[in-house]
Amino acid sequence: MAINPEFIGRTYPPTPVYFVGREKIREFATALGDTASCYFEVDSARALGYPDLIAPPTFAVVVTMKAGEQVVFDPELALDYTRVVHGEQKFVHQRPIFAGDQLTSTVSVDSIRSAAGNDMIMVKAQVHSTSGELVSTVYSLLVSRGVEEPT
Amino acid sequence: MTLISYFDLHVGLELPAQEFVFTRVDLIKYAGASGDFNVIHWNERVATEVGLPSVIAHGMLTMGTVIRVVTDWLGDPGKITSYSARFTRPIPVPDSDEGATIKVTAKITELLENNQAVISILAIHNDVTVLAKTVVTVTLKP
Repeated sequence: MAINPEFIGRTYPPTPVYFVGREKIREFATALGDTASCYFEVDSARALGYPDLIAPPTFAVVVTMKAGEQVVFDPELALDYTRVVHGEQKFVHQRPIFAGDQLTSTVSVDSIRSAAGNDMIMVKAQVHSTSGELVSTVYSLLVSRGVEEPT
Repeated sequence: MTLISYFDLHVGLELPAQEFVFTRVDLIKYAGASGDFNVIHWNERVATEVGLPSVIAHGMLTMGTVIRVVTDWLGDPGKITSYSARFTRPIPVPDSDEGATIKVTAKITELLENNQAVISILAIHNDVTVLAKTVVTVTLKP
């Protein structure tokens, strides 16, 4: 069943503050097999001009995960999670995320379209610092695979 | 480390290619670090029940890994101002020591004003493109 286009523009409440820790950045970089020193050594990050460890370019998915779940599990949207796949992903960074950042994420439904029996929902998450600075915008395309109608 | 300058670049410039290998433990590590515990990334029984050949790599593990072709070359990951990809084909990760290999190449496709360069990444597994429209914008020093 197609998703109601009235959900376009629906915005969810901001998440509680996510405190970016050095060990989480190190753990995430390690999981990516990435040994770049600016993810592990504060002096290396500072030599590049940053205040503390810098997070890898895709780290914002960790920060925005709880926010995105608000959409995925919204009972009114009624997505069947077992039929949802991740179609596209985009990050737009105003600046890198640093250890010590305190961030909130606000998600909204950016667009809904249907093609070939699938519903495609673009979820937009804006990541702000607690001082109100926009840090990153994260777009995730959720594809809800259609169920074949019995004939 | 000497950082790349905008004026060193030209359209068509190829970045150093790299190969990456995913084994089962890499999927488990990424699940733990990212918080994405979708069973199709670690449970072979469920993965095959839903029609996959095996457990598959997280799309975001692939995206987070292949960007190293850019960040290793650049020396400063903080210069990446946008990064997008489309997940076209899953990467099955067999229960073997060899795992799954991804071959990654990248080249400059466009130079913009304000010291920005656009880079296109190609990620291939078993002769199949696993990420499409994989585009990175970097903002460099002049």
